[in-house]
Amino acid sequence: MSKSIVLYLHVHQPYRVRHYTIFDAGNASNYFDAPYDGRESNERILHKVAEKSYLPTNQRLLELLHTHPEFRLSLSITGTVLEQLEKWSPDALKSFQDLVATGQVEIVAETYHHSLAFFYSRGEFETQVDMHRRKVQQLFGQTPQVFRNTELAYNNDLAYWADQAGFKGILAEGWDAVLGWRKPNYLYRPSYTQNIKLLLKNYKLSDDIAFRFGDHAWSEWPLTADKFTHWLNSDVDAQTYNLFMDYETFGEHQWHESGIFDFLNHLPEQWLRTPGNDFKTVSEAIDSFEPVDTLDVPQTVTWADTERDLSAWLGNSLQESSIKCLYALEQQILGSEDWALIEDWRRLQTSDHFYYMCTKWFNDGDIHAYFSPYESPYEAYMNFMNAYHDLRFRLIQKGIEV
Amino acid sequence: MLGWELPPHNSGGLGVACHQLCKALSRKNVEIEFVLPYQAHHDAQFMTITAAHPQGVATVLKSGIAYDSFKYIYHDGHEEWVDLYGQQQLYERAVAEMTLEKEFDIIHAHDWLTFRAGLRAKQLSDRPLIVHVHSIESDRAGGDGGNPLVREIESMGLLMADRVLAVSQHTKDAIIRDYRIPADKIDVVHNSIEKSDLPELVEQNVYTYLTALKSRGYKVVVNVGRLTVQKGLPNLLRAARLVVQKEPKTMFLIVGAGEQYNELMELAASLGIGANVLFTGFQRGQAWRDAFTVGDLFVMPSISEPFGLTPLEAIQYGTPSLISKQSGVSEVLLNCLKVDFWDVQEMANQIVSVVQNDVLHDSLRDNMLHEYRRLSWNDSVDKLFGIYQQHLPEKVAV
Repeated sequence: MSKSIVLYLHVHQPYRVRHYTIFDAGNASNYFDAPYDGRESNERILHKVAEKSYLPTNQRLLELLHTHPEFRLSLSITGTVLEQLEKWSPDALKSFQDLVATGQVEIVAETYHHSLAFFYSRGEFETQVDMHRRKVQQLFGQTPQVFRNTELAYNNDLAYWADQAGFKGILAEGWDAVLGWRKPNYLYRPSYTQNIKLLLKNYKLSDDIAFRFGDHAWSEWPLTADKFTHWLNSDVDAQTYNLFMDYETFGEHQWHESGIFDFLNHLPEQWLRTPGNDFKTVSEAIDSFEPVDTLDVPQTVTWADTERDLSAWLGNSLQESSIKCLYALEQQILGSEDWALIEDWRRLQTSDHFYYMCTKWFNDGDIHAYFSPYESPYEAYMNFMNAYHDLRFRLIQKGIEV
Repeated sequence: MLGWELPPHNSGGLGVACHQLCKALSRKNVEIEFVLPYQAHHDAQFMTITAAHPQGVATVLKSGIAYDSFKYIYHDGHEEWVDLYGQQQLYERAVAEMTLEKEFDIIHAHDWLTFRAGLRAKQLSDRPLIVHVHSIESDRAGGDGGNPLVREIESMGLLMADRVLAVSQHTKDAIIRDYRIPADKIDVVHNSIEKSDLPELVEQNVYTYLTALKSRGYKVVVNVGRLTVQKGLPNLLRAARLVVQKEPKTMFLIVGAGEQYNELMELAASLGIGANVLFTGFQRGQAWRDAFTVGDLFVMPSISEPFGLTPLEAIQYGTPSLISKQSGVSEVLLNCLKVDFWDVQEMANQIVSVVQNDVLHDSLRDNMLHEYRRLSWNDSVDKLFGIYQQHLPEKVAV
């Protein structure tokens, strides 16, 4: 029986808010312009990630795509990172375009601003999905067919929406609480939908690469492509192994020294050695297999933390209050027709801002601290709220009631 | 005089009160040597300021505010960080050495951090010791007993002193309650405010955003102070929630830092008033004084405030106050609103009244300003001078 690896990498960088005080509010609206050597400097971080991750990884991926015409890859790239690449690292952008030009790489749809708008404003959400589609068409000449929501935040409503919107597939976390005795290695049909198919992340195998790869205390360390494909081959009746992870796993979360690039180099060769094995893009997997069952997900599932819910973004009062404040401005902001103001408001919707405010410091907190440019979640909250107050100031200046 | 801090290296009211008290005393030709535990530049021509260093220590640097660590640099080059408790023991040792070299008539020690040093100086010199209580441990602990090590020092200092000064009747009552010191051993010497010490206002207020909101009919309620349990800010936020329900165009500006900073931020968010409460962190200079001017009402909700200078600072910038009845300054001020610190409902009620009613706001402001203009350190310093003389009939030099 043939088996496929669906490798899907997520590329994203937010516009981090600089150290922005109440004294800045009303005086300077450059929330995202930290000095270059500052911790929150988006330009510096992008340069670093491009150098450590995007450029070396894309170079290897391009070689692999040439060497193995059967190799496939899916990418989701947010609008905010595409803009930053255009501005600050055209080389890295070009390297992504080169990958897509091979015809072996598929781009996945999502919100332009990597936002949680689905849960707060359907209209704004649809606008951002549309913005992303147009950006992808412009830069890559592709129209995405498969949808993923920010942080893989998924529920029945989202599947229903994506089905109605004409997407043929959607991605979600293959979380045990949702699957029960079932495995993530098959296609499913979301409840209440007609056509759309659901691909579930195999989190154990994905996290072996994304999180545990460099962990010397892990009993399976060191992980080789040989060992990994052996695990995959030993499961007799799987259809697809959905390996979903952050693109920055390669070179950034797992450093070059961990051997992650060697692993990547050897994975296609090792996997394709067994007859019947192949790689598929998300669309190819959806076209090749039929759903084996219906999957009912009334509650939102994400790919983060041990809870696999939205608590990393919306779990405490700081997060809940700040995101509500932000979306409460929607009508006035959009009504202003000031595109710079609207864009700043949208950049503040990026889920990372709320992630930085997470106070779950233990276990999962380690990961949060690693990704945050701020000293504490409280600092993140203050910077964010002061930027929010400046948005209000700008509305007031236009004579709009807030 | 033995003291712990002076402006501009102060964390709050203690340093300001010491500075102004000494300045007023110097006008009565009292010669003051003010002994601090650290080395820094101070602008005070009216007295001698000395840093007390233990033997072998070349210099002592403050890392930040009064309750932070100190860094000791020894002659042999090695460095050591010392916490507050260790610091006051080292200070005692240094003052003891100094006692043997210096000439003085009276020892005047401000707050528990200097009490051990004061007792040692009294023991070695046999001069009278006057301890001056700006706050006691149960104030700082927000009503609970507080740190037993600190209480032990306070107890010993109060018992052994020749005279005890309290900055308010509120504090005097607390000393009697907590330490069983006889009432006639304690004099109340109220703090006051030195008007010439006011920083000048600059035309452009730094709170641009709040100024813009005010032009749209918003009102601003301000608190300035350390964000610590003693100051009672959670009650102000709970009252703020009720105020915002009635008057959504009310903003709360919280200026200061402290161990409750994060807690208060979360509380504001969970009360659903995250957008109405602004936190600025610790501020000096223009950002500090503009906070008073941008406010329509200053609120000091302290659980226990020995004196509380900030309402006086607020009115000098034209902002009236709502203060807790559990504050020393409420004994001095008549033309301000007063509320029990625990009465959140009433606090909200009074804030809403001022926010909605310009006539109330203006009359509070005008009358309090009038009252403030008559305040000075003169009465307090006259009283203190008399106390000095009782303990030393001949020549007065401290």
